[in-house]
Amino acid sequence: MSRSKKMADGALTSPLIRKPIQRMFAVFLLPTFVCFCIGFLWPFIQGIYLSVHSFTTTTNVKYVGFQNYAKAFADQGFRQAFGYTALVAAVSLVLINVLAFFVAYALTQEIRGRNLYRSVFFIPNLIGGIVLGYIWKTIIDSLLPVSMSIQANYGFWGLMVVMCWQQVGYMMIIYIAGLQAVPMDMIEAARIDGANGWKTLWNITLPNVMPSITICTFLSLTNGFKLYDQNLVLTNGAPVRRGIGQTEMLALNIAKTFSTANQRGVAQAKAVLFFILVTAISLIQLRATRSKEVQQ
Amino acid sequence: MKKLVCLALALCMVLSLASFASADAAGKVYYLNFKPEADQAWQDLAKTYTAQTGVEVKVVTAASGTYQQTLTSEMDKKDAAPTLFQIGNAEGVVTWGEYALPLDGTELMNEMTTEDFNLKNADGQTVAVGYCYEAYGLITNKALLEKAGYTVADIKDFESLKKVADDIHARSAELGFDAFTSAGLDGSSSWRFSGHLTNMPLFYEFRDDGITEQPATVKGSYLNAYKNIWDLYIADSAADAKKLSGYTGADAEKDFYDGKAVFFQNGTWEYSALVGEHGMKAEDLAMIPIYCGVEGEENAALCAGTENCWAVNGKASEADQKATLDFLKWVVTSDEGTAMMAKEFGPIPFKAAKASENVFFNDSTALLNEGKYVVTWAFNYTPDVDNWRAGIVSALEQYSAGAADWGEVEYAFVDGWATCYTNTH
Repeated sequence: MSRSKKMADGALTSPLIRKPIQRMFAVFLLPTFVCFCIGFLWPFIQGIYLSVHSFTTTTNVKYVGFQNYAKAFADQGFRQAFGYTALVAAVSLVLINVLAFFVAYALTQEIRGRNLYRSVFFIPNLIGGIVLGYIWKTIIDSLLPVSMSIQANYGFWGLMVVMCWQQVGYMMIIYIAGLQAVPMDMIEAARIDGANGWKTLWNITLPNVMPSITICTFLSLTNGFKLYDQNLVLTNGAPVRRGIGQTEMLALNIAKTFSTANQRGVAQAKAVLFFILVTAISLIQLRATRSKEVQQ
Repeated sequence: MKKLVCLALALCMVLSLASFASADAAGKVYYLNFKPEADQAWQDLAKTYTAQTGVEVKVVTAASGTYQQTLTSEMDKKDAAPTLFQIGNAEGVVTWGEYALPLDGTELMNEMTTEDFNLKNADGQTVAVGYCYEAYGLITNKALLEKAGYTVADIKDFESLKKVADDIHARSAELGFDAFTSAGLDGSSSWRFSGHLTNMPLFYEFRDDGITEQPATVKGSYLNAYKNIWDLYIADSAADAKKLSGYTGADAEKDFYDGKAVFFQNGTWEYSALVGEHGMKAEDLAMIPIYCGVEGEENAALCAGTENCWAVNGKASEADQKATLDFLKWVVTSDEGTAMMAKEFGPIPFKAAKASENVFFNDSTALLNEGKYVVTWAFNYTPDVDNWRAGIVSALEQYSAGAADWGEVEYAFVDGWATCYTNTH
């Protein structure tokens, strides 16, 4: 543990500082807590409540039991969206993290202008998804023989290009922070013991950046599952084959269901299922990668 | 000091949560307007009415394309919900019918000259009144058509339309313009084909089968006609049929006002943009029916109908309902009201309506006076409109690029209808 962190911890345990903070905790916590309740907790509870009702406006609802859930499961478009979303999440997870790690690895080496490169790679992340999506749609469609909304696999890889371009820079920053924290003495010791570059990377660097990998895989996996903007702009679910959007992801499917007459309850049920799914996957993934982290 | 700041912040938070709804015994009007382009006109009219009668009229306009979301959240405000809102079609009646006051026998209804544009619920009650109508067809640049050696009178049916269009397209390099504007399938343009053009096969099928309410299935018996006209649109235009999703509504409009194309499928609402904004001459413009190869279509007039229907909130207080009905009656009978309606919405189906200067409406009326039949808006029966149309757009796009055959369009049209109907009933 670093010296400054120890000092900070010491200061916080001092009763001189702890006491006033303890007395005033409501002032610090309450505003955030109230916002959390208004913006998250209450809508969430109401969402679950609405998922077992049929409704047009939220003040005028009719209880229908689990009928909405049954309809959601029976919806072929929803099942297709589920499979497609899983595919997008899995492929983007691998692509984004592998690319981000290697960009980070390259930009922690002694090369000229590496700060400039870091900024350049990070900047795409600052542009909003819709704007970015429209620009990329124009670029990609002009390069392809037919538009992405005609060929589902073009739409898929187009989405991958946009997701990577946007997210690699962000993940790269996290990996850079992780790589810089790898203790030099361990790397030196490995070198003295005769480990080559590859072995050092595999046995020293990777286990040490495991916390970064945990965060990045978590972020890219949930980003993949929750993706909406880019999906909406690039293909909007098209091409539709036999009535089913071939590139429609879960979030888009839910939004479309909501705008259908008499389907708002079903959309709400889908949203609850979506929440359970994303939470479950994230928890499993967190547990799996956490166990691989090493304590220094 | 810190405590004071904290207190002030906390107070702000609490106050922002409280709502200041006040009940008004006299009744008030709250109109959730659907057309952003008419917002100013409505605001001004509301002010005039308030000045004359003292009744409060609030007009709020939903941002373009967000009417349903805005209506949903506004209707949730129990005491401050809109008293007057819009229902556009049969699907709107399914969603909002429960909130609409039956209007049969009201003074407003007694002022109407036709009930053709009204919407009824399953019990046959009128839940929304069509307060204006629109017509669409092929907007034609007569000056260019003459340059190519033809006149509007040469186009009488699909055969003659195709002959003229094919000829113009073949000579487009020499003439400097093409037959049709781009048939863009971007969201800003695709409704012209997934909504308005699909009306042709729907209308004729419903006419043959005598259908007068939303059917659970359609047969697509006139899809050949739809194919005829679509093939013509993509063959006789300068746009790349493989990349139609890249063309927007503005692109097609520009093709037309720049004089790059003779025909532009669109409606009466385009008049102000073409003549007002883009400086086209009214005498150069005409609107002709969309011919697609159906027997007897030489007797067809324009496609006329509406998605603009007023509904009064049946869950509002009685005083508010009365205030709203009184306001509407004033709008369609007073001098100020009818003048505004004529200017913004063209001819309205009310006894006191004023004439409109829109040449497209005049073309529509002229055709009707010749005894031709109106092609009504059969697409207002479409179930789950957005999804059905999305299916058609995607199928058209794949078909036009050669990635799928016409069967995909047929599937989207026929099977898509059945699926969309089941999903919403």
